[in-house]
Amino acid sequence: MSIRVESDMHRRRRSQNIGVAVCLVLFICLVMVLSLVKITNSGPVEGYDHAPRPALADELSQ
Amino acid sequence: MADVSHHNSDYDPVFGDYVALLKPRVMSLVVFTAFVGLMAAPVSLHPVESFCAILFIAIGAGASGSLNMWWDADIDAVMRRTKARPIPSGRTTPDAALGLGVALSGLSVLMLGLAANWHAAGWLAFTIFFYAVVYTMWLKRATPQNIVIGGAAGAFPPLIGWVAATGSVSIEAVLMVALIFMWTPPHFWALALFMRSDYDDAKVPMLTVTHGRPSTRRHILAYAVLQAALAVGLAFTSVGGLIYLAVALICNVIVLKDALRIWRRDEIDAEADNFSAERAFFRFSLLYLFVHFLAILAEALLAPYGFGGW
Repeated sequence: MSIRVESDMHRRRRSQNIGVAVCLVLFICLVMVLSLVKITNSGPVEGYDHAPRPALADELSQ
Repeated sequence: MADVSHHNSDYDPVFGDYVALLKPRVMSLVVFTAFVGLMAAPVSLHPVESFCAILFIAIGAGASGSLNMWWDADIDAVMRRTKARPIPSGRTTPDAALGLGVALSGLSVLMLGLAANWHAAGWLAFTIFFYAVVYTMWLKRATPQNIVIGGAAGAFPPLIGWVAATGSVSIEAVLMVALIFMWTPPHFWALALFMRSDYDDAKVPMLTVTHGRPSTRRHILAYAVLQAALAVGLAFTSVGGLIYLAVALICNVIVLKDALRIWRRDEIDAEADNFSAERAFFRFSLLYLFVHFLAILAEALLAPYGFGGW
């Protein structure tokens, strides 16, 4: 028995599937670009990264 | 609520059927007015943030359109103007419209909050709730003022655009909302005067049915006067200027002239010329709002070159 790679349902729903796929890819790209813009426009970000940062400790104590 | 059981089980919806659930024509008006609100604001966002803000405001509007189609599928099937919509024509199920509407509502509010600010996202959530629940589910079939209430929901996009940029509400944003709010009822009442059987057949309590057609004519004139006052008043705020003032004066003289013509006529006159005054009012009101917001946009874009504004 041969396996049908493409059933009728797949063919009929191709437009739906392609549309959803394109929307998802565009959404992922949009979130990535938006994140880059937000991060690059928010100024320098500093925080503790497993090592003591005397400058930040001074800021917190003030 | 929708009780539509004639979904065509042999038909698989195509992607365009889901797009149609979002009322793309209404979305285009939302995109334009929200864009103008955002551009006219005194604070400018990064272009990517602006694009995202407009996109998610539009998706929010589309979501509320989908929820409206889910709830109103029964009356959409009766009206000539709406019977080709995806649910009454059997191309999608009411459940699909409900799912799409709820999912996109959540997504649009969340993403607008992340892209712009949570104040704007709050206004978008309120607008979706107002249109889908207060207007569609509650008041549309209960009061002849349905168009006035529905118009309020459609009026918010420029305010959301403005708040997305500035983070707060101001008199300019409120006046832009008020202009669309005042524009909506006479626009649809004029339509109801010459498309009367549609709303009658659907048992939607339009003003033409509940208060009579002479009363609707008086309402059109009253709203046109208020609309003219608001439109001209907007010219003297920070988003106005000479260009906008000239546009507002010309457009409102035409609208008032048409509204006076509608008010003076009775049904015999109207039927004699196939509702020419009502049709003219409706056609011009489509252009009216577009031209006003285009003038506000022109003021904002020309201001850096010393032309726009006061």
